[in-house]
Amino acid sequence: MNKIGLIIQREYLTRVRKKSFIVMTIIGPILMAALMIVPIWMAMNDEDEANILVIDDSFLFNERMTDTENIHFFFPEVGVGLDSAKSQMVASDDFDAVLYIHKNIMSSPSGIQLIYDKQPGINVIRYIENTIENDIEKFKLAKSGINQATIEAAKTNVRLVTTKLDEIGEESKSNTELSMIVGMFSGILIYMFIFLYGVQVMRGVIEEKTSRIIEVIISSVKPFELMMGKIIGIALVGLTQFLLWIVLSTAFISGGKALVEDHFSKGSPTSIEQAMNSTEQLVPEGEEAVSAELNQEAIDEIFASINQIDFPVILFSFLFYFLGGYLIYSALFAAVGSAVDNEADSQQFMLPITAPIIFSFVMAQVVINNPESPMSFWLSMIPFTSPIIMMVRIPFGVPYWELGLSMALLVIGFIGTTWIAGRIYRTGILMYGKKISYKELWKWLRYH
Amino acid sequence: MNHPIFRAENVSKAYAGHVAIEDISISVPEGSIFGLLGPNGAGKTTFIRIINQITGPDTGQLWFNGERLEEKHLGLIGYLPEERGLYKKMKVGEQALYLCQLKGLSKKAALERLKYWFEKFGIQAWWNKKVEELSKGMAQKVQFIITVLHEPKLLILDEPFSGFDPINTNLIKSEILELKKKGTTIIFSTHNMGSVEELCDHIALINNSRVILEGEVKEVRSRFRTQTYNIDFEGSMMQLGSSLGTYGELLNHDVEDDHMDATVRLVNGATTNQLLGNIMRTVEVKGFHEVIPSMNDIFIEAVERYNRENVKP
Repeated sequence: MNKIGLIIQREYLTRVRKKSFIVMTIIGPILMAALMIVPIWMAMNDEDEANILVIDDSFLFNERMTDTENIHFFFPEVGVGLDSAKSQMVASDDFDAVLYIHKNIMSSPSGIQLIYDKQPGINVIRYIENTIENDIEKFKLAKSGINQATIEAAKTNVRLVTTKLDEIGEESKSNTELSMIVGMFSGILIYMFIFLYGVQVMRGVIEEKTSRIIEVIISSVKPFELMMGKIIGIALVGLTQFLLWIVLSTAFISGGKALVEDHFSKGSPTSIEQAMNSTEQLVPEGEEAVSAELNQEAIDEIFASINQIDFPVILFSFLFYFLGGYLIYSALFAAVGSAVDNEADSQQFMLPITAPIIFSFVMAQVVINNPESPMSFWLSMIPFTSPIIMMVRIPFGVPYWELGLSMALLVIGFIGTTWIAGRIYRTGILMYGKKISYKELWKWLRYH
Repeated sequence: MNHPIFRAENVSKAYAGHVAIEDISISVPEGSIFGLLGPNGAGKTTFIRIINQITGPDTGQLWFNGERLEEKHLGLIGYLPEERGLYKKMKVGEQALYLCQLKGLSKKAALERLKYWFEKFGIQAWWNKKVEELSKGMAQKVQFIITVLHEPKLLILDEPFSGFDPINTNLIKSEILELKKKGTTIIFSTHNMGSVEELCDHIALINNSRVILEGEVKEVRSRFRTQTYNIDFEGSMMQLGSSLGTYGELLNHDVEDDHMDATVRLVNGATTNQLLGNIMRTVEVKGFHEVIPSMNDIFIEAVERYNRENVKP
């Protein structure tokens, strides 16, 4: 095996066998799965029982407050005042709260009180608000002579079908939201990868320098070979980790989903999809069918546009920018590691490296709203910002020549930074106990 | 003298405004132990790094075994830097295997030889330990093995005994002599002049970026002779002093249990026989031998003389 291969092998194996790698590989997907499953779980579990005693001085809502599975309304005999209702609530366990609706509710809708001895969930409060709001609206409309049927007939729901017409004249339906999600997600992954593994490269260099093994190694191999071996080895570690994350996340999420679904199908007929969309439950009966229908339409549309997104191009570009972005920055991280004696000293040199990464991440939010603007174009060409910005743009459709140019520039940028980093690196690794300034780094660049 | 395995011709190297070594020419005979001496900061480390091709010289030429020194020779050179270091978190065996493979050994050969050396030093139990679990001395032993494992033709040892207890120092010393017997050439850099006298055949003394003294140890030492002799005698110091006459000058004297001891330097071009002839008449001479300067004295003398003559304060 040649020397650079040996170095890659060592860098890879020592990291992959580390406990922290194994722990991260398992915890990552668990966190990811938890992030997806827990809100669903919460949404389903959150509907704790609420028994509410309603004191309605306006006499408008009697028996109009419909119970749900978890929320129950009780209307006491006429004549029971607020104070006695309160004491009744405090004294017994039967009621959790008293809802007090005052007399002039039609003219001043504020001032409705919910007095509780046990904090009701946000869903309960929202449900009560929605019901009262809806009812008051209906009363008001009825008063002005508009009946319910007219309102239903007037309800309109607009959803734009956006279609991209490209140069050849081919039409493709696009879904902006989906493109945003795909673009942003890839951008975030690349951002994370550059940071996590770029810093690992820097740590590795500092470790070799402070442990002084560096001198032994570079009496066997060229410093540049050692640097590249380290960068490539760590890139492979990152790819391995992401691959494992994807596999494990998928497994955990589907496993977790099955578990949740199983758990709830026993107790109630509510399906997960309904639970996920908690507002749906709060929509009063009549509208539910309409919104479900609309949802179905939207889902169909999403699937249609998923088919429109050019996944092979996205996947290829993702891998390219994922690696390219890492490579261009990791060489710089290596240079920083070589210039300092310990990690604390690295701060002053980190800024020029982290600034463009963070800048591209911030700009990604701007670009995503305007993926075809000149600024978006230029940011997706500059090698230091292109890995994140271009990835954000691609799901919206990018001409192949732009993609090609951006990739070529990234390769050139990588060769350039690696060359510069290599020169700083081979001098830096042998310098100890010296406070390094930018001027000093400039000098190292010019050594032959 | 054997033909040189390594030769440097007029090698210079400067770092941005600071001259590290200037016009260094040395020749290391094959199979010898060559002492590379010099005060701290003289440029030894820079020169050693140039031999290891860690840095390149600005000017000058380097030859290895009659060929221009190139990357392919790295596998024939072994280097133990003064600042030792291994990966702390890596296991001893794995690490040794890795470093030896980097020097060009096949995995199989490396494994075989490591086994031999680990047995020889009785340290098989360390194989699966992490380096951070070893003591400093233990780690140095491992590093010594790693340095010599690929059987280099030229071995560069920078302060190989630092950090070793006397027993391990002797162990390493005998290994070095063993290697020399097998034909390995050794460049030995140290501040310990005792070990230079003991081990080295040749020396080069670098001071202030230049070689200021070079040659065979025996020859260098005789070059620094000062016509000084040590006389063991019975009788009185007064008698000896008066009998020196114009031949010698008394530098030092001492009274031992049953005899006297004096250090005398010949003056006015007198010979030892003239001096002896004189003193034999007054005192009973028991012993007479030349005081040859130690490498330690030579080191100090040469460096101070050079600095007096060349370095402006």
